[in-house]
Amino acid sequence: MHYQNREYSFETPPELKGETPGKYPVAIVGAGPIGMAMAIDLALQGIRTVILDDNNVVSVGSRAICWAKRTLEIFDRLGIGDKMLEKGVTWKVGRLFNGQQEVYNFDLLPDDAHKMPAFVNLQQYYVEEYLVDRIADFPDLIDLRWLSKVAGEDIADDEITLHVETAEGNYDLAADYVLACDGCNSQIRQRMGLNFDGQTFEEHFLITDVDMPEAPFESDEPERWFWFKPPFHTGQSALLHKQPDNIYRIDLQLEQGADPAEEAKPERVIPRLKQIVGDRAFEIDWVSVYSFTCAMLDKFVHGRMIFVGDSAHVVSPFGARGGNGGIQDVDNLGWKLAAVLKGEAAPELLESYDEERRHGARENIMNSSRATNFMTPKSKMEAVFRDAVLNLANDLPFARRLVNSGRLSVPCALEGFALQSPRNTTRGLAPGTPCPDAPLENGWLLNKLGGEFMLLTVGRRAKMTAPGGVKVLHFEDHPGVTAHYGDDMIYLIRPDQHIAAAFEAGTGAESLKFALARAIGKSTLETTS
Amino acid sequence: MNNTLNTDDRLHPHGDDFYELLMTAHEGLDFDQSAALNARLVLLLANEVGDFDTLAAAIKRASKS
Ligand SMILES: Cc1cc2nc3c(=O)[nH]c(=O)nc-3n(C[C@H](O)[C@H](O)[C@H](O)COP(=O)(O)OP(=O)(O)OC[C@H]3O[C@@H](n4cnc5c(N)ncnc54)[C@H](O)[C@@H]3O)c2cc1C
Repeated sequence: MHYQNREYSFETPPELKGETPGKYPVAIVGAGPIGMAMAIDLALQGIRTVILDDNNVVSVGSRAICWAKRTLEIFDRLGIGDKMLEKGVTWKVGRLFNGQQEVYNFDLLPDDAHKMPAFVNLQQYYVEEYLVDRIADFPDLIDLRWLSKVAGEDIADDEITLHVETAEGNYDLAADYVLACDGCNSQIRQRMGLNFDGQTFEEHFLITDVDMPEAPFESDEPERWFWFKPPFHTGQSALLHKQPDNIYRIDLQLEQGADPAEEAKPERVIPRLKQIVGDRAFEIDWVSVYSFTCAMLDKFVHGRMIFVGDSAHVVSPFGARGGNGGIQDVDNLGWKLAAVLKGEAAPELLESYDEERRHGARENIMNSSRATNFMTPKSKMEAVFRDAVLNLANDLPFARRLVNSGRLSVPCALEGFALQSPRNTTRGLAPGTPCPDAPLENGWLLNKLGGEFMLLTVGRRAKMTAPGGVKVLHFEDHPGVTAHYGDDMIYLIRPDQHIAAAFEAGTGAESLKFALARAIGKSTLETTS
Repeated sequence: MNNTLNTDDRLHPHGDDFYELLMTAHEGLDFDQSAALNARLVLLLANEVGDFDTLAAAIKRASKS
């Protein structure tokens, strides 16, 4: 079934109606998944935003299709998790081929202890559509403006003024903070002259979505097939997986020196696809040729201008870390920016976004570069090693672990960064860990955490009232929770569901106050004086 | 099958770290230089393993392609 892009219309903004709406707390440039998620997260904190996008449709082409567990958990907090779960395809069986031969297969068993699966496949246009719909729930807080291009910005110490171009005329708009969510070719980044160097991979990839009513797999269960040295074309790798609506994503790595425009022609694409799917009827839904770069900014926070998502970092798609990494930026920044705007924290708190998410971006770049390197050997010896790994992987478990067709996005640990208290017990979960989910009698643990600081107390001895009006969530004799969190443990949980501090039961309120102050960026000296 | 060769994953969680380190060591070398590096590495690792039966089993398994 071919997806029909909804078109969103331009509405005359107050600035062009002669009104003077004044300064906005936050202006967001770009209504991609990151900009829209950012606005929703801030709206949940009561912060008003205006989003400006130069386009009037959601993602053209499916682009990001793999959404990892942590992303789904964040989207669940933002209010679109259930929709994604319902529509998305969850695959279980993965098969890895070397040439004609199947090297091995694996079965991902669902984890009943978590609401969200390891990931779902869902076209980016659906995710963006769900975000647009969710934004409509906040008419007083989110002003989403289509066909509004940000053509320049004046950055002052106390505010940023954006120059907006529309078909009805141009206007200026001032904001306390601007979030540059304008994607991998960020013009804001370019205009500010910021360095965005990294590793560019020479290979081109042909990315195709085909509409195919009959599954190519042996059973009805969706699978993921990955080939090294596929028999059906001369490139080094190929990938096939299923999306909703009987759309299949096929990625073909093209030979070095291949002419991308030539390779994207139907008469070149169709015969190759036939070799993969046999005689089954299919139609091409979307074809695109990409080459990939791994790069990031040296700093994400530049005073009142903050880079989020692809504008701050780009990765190759192996391991699906682009969109997934960006959503973790949102999760990390939302509550911090809200706290600063509400006067609950000093602007320095934003430095922790810079620190924590640059760490995340580095980890994502490292993993996706490694996968890309494994898939595209640069020398004869690299190819020899890759082939030796694949050869041994036929029956040796250790070699299977070395095969790298992309390491799935997992959230990074934030232990050791400024906001987290040092570990003071070896039991339970370490500070910096994203909270693992657990089944409750009527729902899921993660649906009860987040949005504000909370104290999670586990075990009879851990029961306590929290300092400073912090909400307490208490569990006793609850094997599902104890299994992850340990017994008689006290956790201070950040609004983004990460553990800020972990204590043994019996810890005094003073230590908790200290940990809380630290977690909102107040230096420990300040709190003692 | 021989029993002396442990083929379970023992590198975890450093498998990818190791692989990257190995590829980096080969960067900029021509094929002969790379082969020589591999030879030195095998000899070093053999001495590290120490146990002759294990080495014999590893040679046997590696010879089968
Ligand atoms: C082929 C492919 C496959 C991928 N697969 C995956 C995957 O499986 N999983 C995954 O997590 N990620 C994947 N990604 C990456 C993912 O698509 C991106 O990381 C994601 O779209 C980034 O979102 P964003 O909101 O930061 O940027 P974008 O989605 O690029 O959005 C930026 C928005 O800003 C707007 N804009 C730009 N300039 C201006 C301006 N001057 N004024 C106003 N508006 C402006 C644009 O119109 C656009 O709407 C894939 C990418 C590609 C290309």
